[in-house]
Amino acid sequence: MSARLQRLPRILAMETRAEFLKLIRLPAFAIPVIVLPVMFYVLFGLALGGARSAGSVRISTYMIATYGVFGVVGSALSALGIGVAMERGQGWMLVKRASPMPPLVYFVAKVLMSMAFAAIITLLLFTLGVTAGGVRLPIGTFAILGGTLVLGAVPFCAMGCAVGAVVGPNSAPAVVNLAYLPMAFASGLWIPYEMLPKAVQSIAPALPPYHLARLALHALGADQSPPAGHLLALAGFSVAFLALAVVAFRRDDGRTYG
Amino acid sequence: MPDTPVATLRGASKRYGAHDALHPLDLDLAPGRVTALLGPNGAGKTTTVRLLLGLTSPSSGTVRVFGADPRDPAARERTGAMLQVGKVPETLRVREHVALFRSYYPRPLRYDDIIATAGLTGLDRRLYGTLSGGEKQRVLFALALCGDPDLLVLDEPTVGLDVASRRVMWERVRALRDAGRAVLLTTHYLEEADALADRVVVVARGTVVADGTPSQIKARVPNRRVRCVTALPLDVVRAIAGVERVQQAGAAIEILTGTAESVVRELLGRDRTLSALEVADAGLEEAFLAVTRGGSAAPDAPEIAA
Repeated sequence: MSARLQRLPRILAMETRAEFLKLIRLPAFAIPVIVLPVMFYVLFGLALGGARSAGSVRISTYMIATYGVFGVVGSALSALGIGVAMERGQGWMLVKRASPMPPLVYFVAKVLMSMAFAAIITLLLFTLGVTAGGVRLPIGTFAILGGTLVLGAVPFCAMGCAVGAVVGPNSAPAVVNLAYLPMAFASGLWIPYEMLPKAVQSIAPALPPYHLARLALHALGADQSPPAGHLLALAGFSVAFLALAVVAFRRDDGRTYG
Repeated sequence: MPDTPVATLRGASKRYGAHDALHPLDLDLAPGRVTALLGPNGAGKTTTVRLLLGLTSPSSGTVRVFGADPRDPAARERTGAMLQVGKVPETLRVREHVALFRSYYPRPLRYDDIIATAGLTGLDRRLYGTLSGGEKQRVLFALALCGDPDLLVLDEPTVGLDVASRRVMWERVRALRDAGRAVLLTTHYLEEADALADRVVVVARGTVVADGTPSQIKARVPNRRVRCVTALPLDVVRAIAGVERVQQAGAAIEILTGTAESVVRELLGRDRTLSALEVADAGLEEAFLAVTRGGSAAPDAPEIAA
């Protein structure tokens, strides 16, 4: 038992590395996940937003937080939602399950890999903001915002897990995008929440990305609502999605598709 | 029994809803022995493999691997599995796949030995997605070898391979058997079971229809199909010794038999107008369906064997 436990960190490191290499070499994943948030930030945060303000900060600063959240949600939902649905539906997960790999490693590696993508996106946005957007923040603020975004991947990994456990491999990309894009809009990730129509504003708190965006903006001093409520909401979403994923995996019983 | 079995199924069955995927099956896998599960698609071969690997649990009966539940990590560390996979991650290199699977095991086989045994020398820097079908099969075989397993479970290891690659794979399986490993392989080629197995278990529609050594099995199988146009009525043909099954196929009739020569001699002797005579290997599915149905002509029998 203890020998097995001793091997665990190395297995997890190998698995995470393999997950990262697998996806960074896959243009269908890496390009939309990394390029979309960066491109949107350049268009809306830098070119259109320029020196104007959203609340108490410049738009170029505000949108580092919101497009950061957009990137984090995208990488977690794609990696877990589409990745798990494909590997489950096409039989690869059975090969993994037949091996002595501890099952949790499979999921934790995907979470760590999503966090690595979140960190890449965050660093790209910070670099663009500072060099081209006149973003000036204390280094500590960058650190807190970066940490919030990277750890913020967790609830969306849980959500991706649930999608991957329920949806078939062929419909997974469509389901993920149909959830991701409207949810991003209604959570105020593209247009600041304060500028959204009233009706959309009223549904935003029901969507997990809204709460992560509030936490990210709080780190910048651009949101005054107490962070505890948002943290609690994200924790609640995580538990609910994980529970759904566990139930779905129990029912699955090794079924494969096409 | 020369050795105590490393894996056993005792009355293990599997139901999916109202569908019996596998009727109660007994199976012992012993060291240094190759057991072949032979049967057409949908016969219950993959279900048996999944039970043995702890990928699904039996609806009744028990499955033990190395004396433990097959889901026990201790059992999995001594088992290697080659499964039929729709899609393996294509953007990892062969060596990355192998190195990752080696990390799962307490005493992995040496990397170079895995690559050499699986026939992947010179290919290990390639991305999986750039390999040919046969090379991909070899990677899956390599992953099964990573833990230096005492039990190897190979689900259709040669499906999609050309004749030459199939024979090379057979040599690899024989070498593992000679090294004392217990091997279970599934196949729908009688020839493959014959070439490799010490024991052949024939399954059709979730039921064992024959169980024995390859020569015992071959003797039971009506493995030839005779086709001809004849004036003889079906009942007369059916009464000829050695005829397992007869059915009308357009203007011709089709006969399933294990003794094609004597049946043809008899037919020619009785019908001088007989024409369009063909003798061919019967597909396994057709042959075993005939065995399970007791030789009666089946209205829904397939025109062409799968």
